[in-house]
Formats: sequence, structure tokens, C-alpha cells
Amino acid sequence: MTILEKVTALLGEGAVLEAGTDQVPRIAPGSPDAVALLLGTAHQEGWHVRIEGAGTWLPSDAPADLALTTRRLDRVPAVEPQDLTATAEAGIGLDQLRQQLADRGAWLAVDPPGLAGRTLGSMVATATAGPLRQGFGPVKDHLLGVTFVTGDGRMVQSGGRVMKNVAGYDLTRLQAGGFGAFGVIVLVHLRLRALPRADVTHVLEGSRDELTQIAEDIAASGLTPAALELVSPALARRDRWVLAVRLVGSPTLVSADEAGLGRFAKLRAEEAHGFWMRLAEGFAVRPVTFRIGGVPAASDELLDLLQHQVGDEWISAAPAAGAIRWSGDTTVDRLQRLRRTLAALEVPLTLERAPWPVRTAVGHFGAYREGAGPLVAGLRRTFDPGGALVVATDGE
Amino acid sequence: MSTSALADDLGAIVGPRHVRVAVAERVTYAMDGLPTHRRLPDVVVLPGTREEVIAVIRLLAVLGIPFVPRGAGTGLSGGALAEEGAVLIVLTRLNRILKVDAANRSALVEPGVVNARLSAATRPHGLHYAPDPSSQTACTIGGNVAENAGGPHCLKYGVTANHILALEVVLASGETALLGSPGGEPWGPDLVGLFVGSEGNFGVATRITVRLTPLPRAVRTLLADFMTLRTAGEGVSAIIAAGIVPAALEMMDQSCIQAVEDSVYAAGYPRDAAAVLLVELDGQDDGAVGAEADTVSAILKQAGARAVRSAQNEAERERLWQGRKKAFGAMGRLSRDLVVQDAVVPRSALPDVLETIAGIAARYRLVVSNVFHAGDGNLHPNISFDATDEPMRIRVELASAEIMAACIAAGGTITGEHGVGLDKLRYMPLIFDAESLGAMLAVRRVFDPEERVNPGKVVPVHACREWARSVNPGAMPRGSGRVNPGATPRGQPVLAQ
Repeated sequence: MTILEKVTALLGEGAVLEAGTDQVPRIAPGSPDAVALLLGTAHQEGWHVRIEGAGTWLPSDAPADLALTTRRLDRVPAVEPQDLTATAEAGIGLDQLRQQLADRGAWLAVDPPGLAGRTLGSMVATATAGPLRQGFGPVKDHLLGVTFVTGDGRMVQSGGRVMKNVAGYDLTRLQAGGFGAFGVIVLVHLRLRALPRADVTHVLEGSRDELTQIAEDIAASGLTPAALELVSPALARRDRWVLAVRLVGSPTLVSADEAGLGRFAKLRAEEAHGFWMRLAEGFAVRPVTFRIGGVPAASDELLDLLQHQVGDEWISAAPAAGAIRWSGDTTVDRLQRLRRTLAALEVPLTLERAPWPVRTAVGHFGAYREGAGPLVAGLRRTFDPGGALVVATDGE
Repeated sequence: MSTSALADDLGAIVGPRHVRVAVAERVTYAMDGLPTHRRLPDVVVLPGTREEVIAVIRLLAVLGIPFVPRGAGTGLSGGALAEEGAVLIVLTRLNRILKVDAANRSALVEPGVVNARLSAATRPHGLHYAPDPSSQTACTIGGNVAENAGGPHCLKYGVTANHILALEVVLASGETALLGSPGGEPWGPDLVGLFVGSEGNFGVATRITVRLTPLPRAVRTLLADFMTLRTAGEGVSAIIAAGIVPAALEMMDQSCIQAVEDSVYAAGYPRDAAAVLLVELDGQDDGAVGAEADTVSAILKQAGARAVRSAQNEAERERLWQGRKKAFGAMGRLSRDLVVQDAVVPRSALPDVLETIAGIAARYRLVVSNVFHAGDGNLHPNISFDATDEPMRIRVELASAEIMAACIAAGGTITGEHGVGLDKLRYMPLIFDAESLGAMLAVRRVFDPEERVNPGKVVPVHACREWARSVNPGAMPRGSGRVNPGATPRGQPVLAQ
């Protein structure tokens, strides 16, 4: 029996989708239990499995015996606008999820890079927050709990559906940004916000140095923008760097904050929507995307370093949060050298997306600080004892 | 090894006067803030530097002796108690604020720094450490990290986990690991997030980088009183549903109001109210915060508040808050002992769950006072009792179990900020299946293969489905590998009296 025949017998023909260009069978389990069945079998059979969502973020190019896609896990079992919580399966597209939430007056305050149909599971597994991280925190801050399936087919729940929860260890935070190395996320309990009654964006063009200083001044002034993002000219499709300020909340608070912005130009609602969407989609276009996170005061120095080592055509940064995302074309050598340089500055580099040869050579993670590497390796062995999940956590 | 020989070895590291072996000295450490659990540690050691912490843990690793890290002992889950055969490592002497980085809004501290002291030290920079447990004048940042502590202002600002950027931790083996990064970006998977709230089971945090938060320039504190618990609960839901995120949104019921008003902490809460809500709004613009306060006031009146009053000055604001923060102390007037319970329910379930709790209290003939973080749905039903009255103590246990069951049935959880410790172990299987508990145990063994750090807490081992052990040569212990405190590699009692 071929792998495909075995999987068909296990999950039915409905779970078998058309293979991608590399002819690796693509399997779409229809339920969390089916994911557990598939991975349990893969573990026993020694199959290697790559994890896919909608296929819009990480390239579907990891060598594997089969590709597990979460795209049929697209239900939203619960939206509780009164409690501002929701439970959604990992394979739902963020665009669909946002619409369903908005219909109930609720909002997920995360705007990850990528195309609109990118899955919730992809966002959580890679912990890719967007500009809204300035005001609403990283992806993990929006999670109340997750259910995941380990590489040997065990279904594990962590967290819960309520605002605060310290029952047991926080395995949710391990999964957020684990890139699937510790299991496949199947269900996510989300913390929501009320759909903001006011949502405005103001922009200012200028030199990078000037705008970085203005961003610092805004942060120091006590303004609390939802986003305070510095965008490179190529990414913003403008002649100069752009500093964009997004303010959301009650009309009263937003108006009060707007008054402090001075020379910025306010975008019309559709312009603002287009601006943030282009920014998000831009990072899904170039071959390599990574993020780095330093202390806010080092933002300028880190931007200089990037410009020097890999160029600065496609950059989006939150200087007040110390977060920088870079996208472009570069080599394994340059990435490895950059990671080493950054590690000496106590700045981690997380490779977010790249073709498999780059991912496997560079690794999503690496250059760990003292004592952390063995812990990561131990966790990986715990959650994927047979090495069924094809994830390039650490480089060569 | 005999206790005295171990004490000598520990004394050689930390100085003899920082090792406690006499019963009269050890009894101080037999309990935490929860009076229903008591364990007498065999030896208590108080290292004064991170190097001493490492040396102590390495010695215990060689000897295969379990140990329990402890801060100020204000915890409310029995989490920092050491079983017989274990050494208690008290970290209160590591109390230095090593660095305040105002430009980057962070600070590097040792674990024994008292929570409120950190905020006081950063106030001149216009910053504070946002998580504010009620015990903040005593509890330590290390303990806050272990428990993922919360507090009233966590509604807007987030719990401890949202404020820890990086950690230096000492594992059970005595090896150190650096987790996270100074800017807060995880270094690889989020090991800081995993460590925070692990209740000491993964090791000892010796250096903690915390995020500091700007002090708000404008604050409004409102007190709303209600004639029923239900309408007060509905008022909470109405505020949240309106998209307003107050800095704090606290509720106290009549029993709590009476206790506070009878005490030196009297805050001027209306004694005849069934419940009061303390709502705080803050921000940088006075006009905007004032307008938001007006909106909240209107929402609360519409929800049925009898009156809503705003603190007119800082003194009045502090008085309103003192009543809330000292409510647990004030309840000391009601009875000899107090169990401070902790559970979380969906916010919309608050009115029903509060009524259920009142019914449970009546059935078991117990006084239950509610003072809690209503905005998060984080309940603290406090049961007043007399621990010397055995039948009453049993009623307290039964009532606690029923309250937990009611919260779980409402879609909630068994602890929002106090932790599992010893007290909530028995409830863990009610919210996690055997596979999920097994996963937790397996993760714990990655950090501590012998389960020697704070043994017997958080995960009820008997309820776990077994996972294969992930053998990590780098973290293998050098001792006997036995958790059993009854035997050493030489077959001698570890801590013979």
C-alpha cells in the first residue's frame, strides 16, 4: 500500500487534496481528531510530515512524505461578544474570521503580514504580529488557550477560554511562535476587543532619522497609538520613509490623541485600509522575511546594521517597540552572519519565511543564549519524539 | 547525609547564620498565605547572591535532594511549602534592583525585590511596574514570576507574563539558562512565557528583566453601589461590551464592605449596598479620561447603580483603593482564619455564578465574602472559618470544591492568579485530560528530569498519561536521580533528624 492509499483508508477520499508542484500528497483532515489519527499513524510508519495552512505564507517546499494542511479546519465554534472571546479552528482564513467577528461587534487586534486569507493557525504558529503589536502586544497576548496535536498524535489542551488562567504550565505560549515544531495547532481560544468605534491613520514622510526621532517623541509624549510604524519607501510605495500612526478606540480618546500629532496627514478610511493591507501583503512577496527584536533605543542602530548587511528596501519597524521586520532577497551566508552579529548585541533574529534550502540552513531560530539550546531540543523531542514534523527550527 | 552535615555544607556556601535548622526558626516557613496547608521544611537556606544560589542548587543536585524556591511566602496556593526531605531556598536576600533603563522602559532585578519597591524606585522616571497583586507591599518579583501573579490593574495592563522580557534561570542541575532577550522578543520558542507561571517547577529565576510602564497622567476613580449582586455583575458586562477597558474594575460584596468599613481601612463604602464596583480609568489626557469616566458613569447608572461617585482628590482615591487592597486583612475581623479562593469565569457568567456561590455558602453555613477582579471575571470568594474547628474545616473544603465545580461548569478555570500549588492539585483533572496533564509533566522533565524542584506541586502525577521521557544529556542530574527523599545514593536517610 502506498502512503496515499493508507491515508485514504484512514481519513477517506475527502481528505486527499490535489498535490502541489512537488507531488507530495496533500492531506486535509476534517477534524482535530483526524489530525491526531494522521500524525499518530505517521509516527508509527516513520513518515515525515510538513505542516501547511492556506499555503500563502511559508512556501510549500519542505521535503516530506506528505503535507498536512489545516485548511478544512475552518469552523468557528464560538464567538462570545459579551465576554470578548472566540474559539476558532486553526485553518480558518483570517479574512473570514475577521468578518465573522465584526458581524458580532468584536475584533481581533492582530494584523500579521501576509495575504488576507492566511490562516489563524499560521499566524499563531509563527507568532507573526504586525504593526498593531505596538498597542496590543504580540500574538501570544491574544491567546487564551490552544489545542494542539503532537508529532506522535497526542491531542493536548492548554489554557482555557477565560481572561486569566494560571492552571498548569503555559503551553500556549510555547506553541505561539513554535513554527509547528512542538505540534500542529488545531483549535485556538482568542481574546478579542470590541470593534473600535474610531479607527484613524495619520502618515508623515521624511528621512529615516527624522521619523525615528519623531516616533520616539510620540512614544515619550504619552500618546498610546495602536500602531506607530516606520515603513521603508519601497514597501510604502512612496518616495521617502513613512511614519504611520494608527489610533483606535473611543472617539473621545482618539480625537484627544489626534490633536497631538501636528504635521501628520490624515488618511481617508479607504486609503488607510489600502496602506495597511499593502504593507501586510508586501511581506508575502519577497523570498525571505525575518524579524528582529531589540530594545527601543537601539532601533536606529539596528536599522543601520540591516542596511549595511542586507539592504533596507523592504522594512517595517516599530521603533518604540524595538521590533523590525525585513523582507527581500539575500543569501544563507549573509543571514547567518547577520544572526551572529545580532546575537552579540543580545538581539534575536527569527526567520519567518524563506525557501526550504534557506530555512534548513539558517533555521527559524538559532544562536541561542546560554543554556537555552538544550531546552529547545528537549522540548522538541518531547512533542515530536519520532521527528515526524518537518520544521527547520535550528540551522545547520 | 544528616541534617547537620547538610546544614554545614550549606553554611559553607551562604554563611552559617543564613541556614535555619531549629524548629522554632523553620516553623516561620511552614505556611504561606493560605492557612489550610502546612509543611515543615527540614532545612531553610537563605542565599545572598546568584552565585550562592547556583552553588546551593549544585550541591543539592550532587546529593539528589529536592528543593523548593520561596519568596516572601505570600502565595495563596501552598506552592512555596517544602515537604519533609526537601530544602527550602528563600530568595528574599537577593533584593537588589540592578538596573533601571528608563529609555527602554525596563529594569533588571533580583528575584527578592519587593513588587511595590520596584514601582517606588521607578516612579522618579515616570514609570512603574504594572502588575499589582494585593500583597504588593510584601510579595517579591521572583514569586510573581513563579505564579504569573495578577492584580487589579492587570485588566488593562496585563498580568506578570506580559511584563517579563528576559530571565536568567538556574535549573535543577545547577546549570544556568538565559531566556528571552532584553527587548522582549523571544529567542526561539517563547521559553520566558513557558517559565512564567511554572510555580517553581522549572527552576529558580535569579535575574529578571521586567517591562516598566509609564505612569498615567490622568486618573479617575469611580465608586458605584448596587442593591443586588446581579445588577453589579451586569454593570461589569455593560462596560466591557461598550469597548471600554478600564485600568481596573473591582467588585466587593456586602460582607466584604462591612468587614472593610468596620476596620481601620474604612473607605466610605455604603454599608447597605449589596455590592460596590470600584472602576478606575486612566490615560494621558485629562479631558479624554474625564469624558470616558462620564460614559462609564452613565453606563453604570443605566445598569442599575444606585449612585456613582468619583474620587475628588488623590487622598480620596487612595482611601477607596486602600479598602479594596486591604480587604483580605479586614476580613481577619470576621473569623480566625480565611481561605482566599481564586477562580475565573466568563464575565457574562458572573451574576449567575455569584448567586450559585451564595447558595453554596448558605448550604454549608459559611461566611463567604467576595472581593475580586470583576473586569477579568476573576473571582475571589473568601471563606471565613476557624481552622481549629474540624467539622467546619471539612465544610470549608467541601464548599471550596463545589465553588470550583460551579466555576468550571460556567466555562471557567480553577485559578486565575494564585496558582495550583498544593491546594488546587485535586482540581486539575477536572479541567485537563490525562494526555494534557501528561504533556505538562513531560515539559517539566525537560527542565527538571528528576522532578526535584518543588516536588508534588501543579501537576497531579497520578492523573497523567505517561509520556516517554526526553533524555537530555546536557541537563542530566549528577545525583541519585531519585525524588524520594528517604534515600541517598548511599542508602542513608537524606535528612535524618
